Amino acid sequence: MSEAIERPSGGAPPAWEYASAPESTDVVRLEDRYGLFIGGEFVEPKSGRWYPTISPSTEETLAEVAEADAADVARAVDAARDAAPAWQRLAPAERAKYVFRIARQLQERARELAVLESMNGGKPIKESRDLDVPLAAAHFFYYAGWADKLEYAFPGRGTPEPVGVAGQIIPWNFPLLMAAWKLAPALAAGNTAVLKPAETTPLTALLLAQVIQEAELPPGVVNVVTGAGETGAALVDASVDKIAFTGSTEVGKAIRRATAGSGKRLSLELGGKAANIVFEDAPLDQAVEGVINGIFFNQGHVCCAGSRLLVQEPVFDVLLAKLKDRLQTLRVGDPLDKNTDVGAINSKAQLDKIEELVESGVDEGAEIYQPECELPERGFWFRPTLFTGVVQSHRIAREEIFGPVLSILTFRTPDEAIEKANNTPYGLSAGVWTEKGSRILHMAQRLRAGVVWANTFNRFDPTSPFGGYKESGFGREGGLHGLEPYLSFDGNHR
Amino acid sequence: MTQAAEIAPRPAAQPVATAAEAARIVARTAAVDAVGLEGRAAALATRSIKRDAKAWGLQLAIRCMDLTTLEGWDTTGKIVTLCAKAIRPDALRPEVPSVAAVCLYPQLVPVAVEQLRGSGVAVASVAGGFPSGLGPLDARLQEIRGVAEAGADEIDIVLNRSLFLGGRYAEAFEELVAAREAAGPTHLKVILETGELGSYDRVRQASMLAMAAGADFIKTSTGKIGMSATLPVALCMLEAVRDFRAQTGRLVGVKVAGGVRRAKQALQHLVLVHETVGMEYMSPELFRIGASSLLNDVLMQLEKERTGNYSGPDYFTID
Repeated sequence: MSEAIERPSGGAPPAWEYASAPESTDVVRLEDRYGLFIGGEFVEPKSGRWYPTISPSTEETLAEVAEADAADVARAVDAARDAAPAWQRLAPAERAKYVFRIARQLQERARELAVLESMNGGKPIKESRDLDVPLAAAHFFYYAGWADKLEYAFPGRGTPEPVGVAGQIIPWNFPLLMAAWKLAPALAAGNTAVLKPAETTPLTALLLAQVIQEAELPPGVVNVVTGAGETGAALVDASVDKIAFTGSTEVGKAIRRATAGSGKRLSLELGGKAANIVFEDAPLDQAVEGVINGIFFNQGHVCCAGSRLLVQEPVFDVLLAKLKDRLQTLRVGDPLDKNTDVGAINSKAQLDKIEELVESGVDEGAEIYQPECELPERGFWFRPTLFTGVVQSHRIAREEIFGPVLSILTFRTPDEAIEKANNTPYGLSAGVWTEKGSRILHMAQRLRAGVVWANTFNRFDPTSPFGGYKESGFGREGGLHGLEPYLSFDGNHR
Repeated sequence: MTQAAEIAPRPAAQPVATAAEAARIVARTAAVDAVGLEGRAAALATRSIKRDAKAWGLQLAIRCMDLTTLEGWDTTGKIVTLCAKAIRPDALRPEVPSVAAVCLYPQLVPVAVEQLRGSGVAVASVAGGFPSGLGPLDARLQEIRGVAEAGADEIDIVLNRSLFLGGRYAEAFEELVAAREAAGPTHLKVILETGELGSYDRVRQASMLAMAAGADFIKTSTGKIGMSATLPVALCMLEAVRDFRAQTGRLVGVKVAGGVRRAKQALQHLVLVHETVGMEYMSPELFRIGASSLLNDVLMQLEKERTGNYSGPDYFTID
C-alpha cells in the first residue's frame, strides 16, 4: 500500500477539525489616522485630540481617530446647515441618484466593508458579509426609491418637506447598518446630517464617508464626527432640527431630558429584553435554531435579541437537551474565519458588564451552563451561556445583558406566556414558535413589542418598520414609518 | 493493493413498534418549519472546508459512497467495470480507498457478488418493486428474499408512498415490517422518495415510521424522479434520526441519493451530518451517498488537493 495519503482507517477521528478559513484583510487599506468628515473633507479636529480604535479580537490598534469636541460638532452642524438649502432644492430624482450611488458603491466595496466591520467590531465575517453590508446597501436602495415619491407617501398629510439638519447617534453593535438606517431616509427626504458613530467602532462609518465623497454628494450633506459620549452630548445640544438615537436606555433618557422643550424632534431606539416563546407544538429543531440565532447572533449585542426564552413546560426537557447539544457545535473565535459562529465581545467595558451580570445570575441561584470551547488568549471573549431555573425577579431576567447569555423560563398557558413576556420595562421584539396560525395572531396582538417574529427571529428588511414600546424607545425606522420622522407637513415642523 | 473498506457489521435492526401504533408515531412526530430548515441547511452549506479537512472529507465521501447503476440497460459487462472502479476508484492511486458498496438491480446481484468477493466492498441491491413499490406484496417480498439469498449484503427497498400519503399508516408500517422479515439479517435501507412526499413534515413522519419498522438506514430517493437528495431534506432526516436516537438509543443510518454529483455537494452533506448528529455518524456504517458521477469529481478534487492543480476529466476512468 502506498504511503502517499494517510488513509483514515478504523473509523472517524475524534473530531473533524475544519482547517482555518480566514478572510484576507488585504482588501482593507487603513490609514494611520482619520480626521473628522466635515463639509466633504476629512479635517483635523479643533480639539486636537485623537484616540486609538482597536480590534476587540486581537486588542491591536487599527487606527487613530479624531475626538470631536463641541466646537468640532458645531462646525459639522454649520456645514450641514449650509448645505441644506441646495440639497432641499435639488430635483427629487436627482437626489435619488446620489442615494442610489451610495447603495451601489456599498455593494461594490462590500468585501472591504465586511472585513473592516469584523476587524473593528468583532462580529463574525459571515454575519458582516451576509447581513450587515447587504442590508445596509438595501436600505439605501429602498429609500432612494422614495426620494421622488414623497408626495405620494403620506396621502392626506399635506406637502412633505424635509425637517432640516439631523443629528444621528448610532451604536457599536451594527456600525455600518445603523449608519444606513439613519442616513438613507434622512437623505432621501432631503435632510442633511451629522452622524456620530460609536466610540469603539468608527471605522466603517469613516469608510462610508469616503464612499459618500466618491459618490460626489454635495459637501456638507453628510458629516461624520467621531468621539465618545461627550461628542454625542455636544451633538444633542447643537442647533440641529432632529435627533435620532440608537443605543442604551440610560443614554436615551438623558437625551430626552436634554431635548425636552428645545423643539428638536426626537426618535429613540433603545434596549430590549425580548421574550422568545416556544409552545409545545412548535417545530422544535427550527425553534432551537431560532433561539440560538436570537441570542448568539452578533454575540448577543443586539437590542432585539431574544434574551429570555419562555418554554411551555411539556417541552422544556427536550428543548433544553437540544439547546445544550446545539451549543456544543457553536464555533467561537476569530471573527475573520469564515466558519466562526460567535465572535469577540465588542469591548472590555462590555465584557465586564456581561461578566458582572452573569455572576449575579449565579449568585441569585440560577443554574449556569456553558459549552466546552477554547477561547483565544488575546481579545475579549465570552462563552455562549444558558441559565436555567431563572425567575422573573432575577437580574438576568430583567436587565439587558447585551451579550451571549440566555435566560430560560417556563410557562403553562398562552396567557401566562403573554403576561411574563410583557412583564418588562422594555418592548422591542418578541418571538412566537407554534404550528398553530391562530395562536400566532392571538399572541402578536397581545405582545407589547414593536416586532413580533413568528417561527423565526432576527429577520430584517428595509421595508419593515422597527422600533419599540415603553423603555425600548419611540419612533420607527425602516419602511414608510422610518421616512415619516424626517419629514414635516405644511410647514408644521413639530 | 487497495485496502478494503472496513464496514463493521451491525446487527440488523428490529421493529420497535406495532402496526397499531403507526398512526400515533406519525401524529406525534415533531413539526418541521420549512423556512427555518432551509435556512439552517443553507447556512451550513457555507462552511468553508479547506486543506486537511477537505482531503479527509473527500476520502470519507468515497468510503461512504454507494456507487450506483440502476438502468434498464445495465449488463454483466457494465457491472464488471463498475465493480473494478468500486474497488479501486483511481487507477493511478491505489491508496485511494474503495467505496462502501455497489448498488444495482436484483438480476445483476450474482455478477457483483462474484466481482466483489473478498474486496470488502458490499453488494447493495434495490428490491421490493423499486422504484414505485406498488407491485403485488408477495412478489415484492419474494424479490427481497431472492436478493438476500443471492448474496446481497444490503437491500434498498422503497416505502409504499401510496399507502403512506393515503393515511394508511398501519398498512404501510406492516409492509415495512414484512420487508424487514424478508430481508432477514441483511442490512435494510428504506427509500422514502422524499420528492413525492410533498412536505418536510411528511419526510420526518416517514422517517420515524421507517425507523420504528426496523430500517437500518433511511434513504432519501430512488433517483428516478426529478427531486432528490437536497440539503434540507437530508437535514430533516438527520434531525429525525437524532430524535430516534434520543428516544430509543438506536442509531439509524442515513443515505442521500440522487442529485449529488459534485464533490462540493458531498462535503456539504458531510458538514450537515457532522453538525447534526456528530462524529459518530462520520463513517460508512451510518452514512452513505448514493451516486454514479460523483466519484470522479471527488477524485479530481483529491488530485487538486494533492498537486495544487486541476487535471482534466480524461485523467480519470469512466466505468
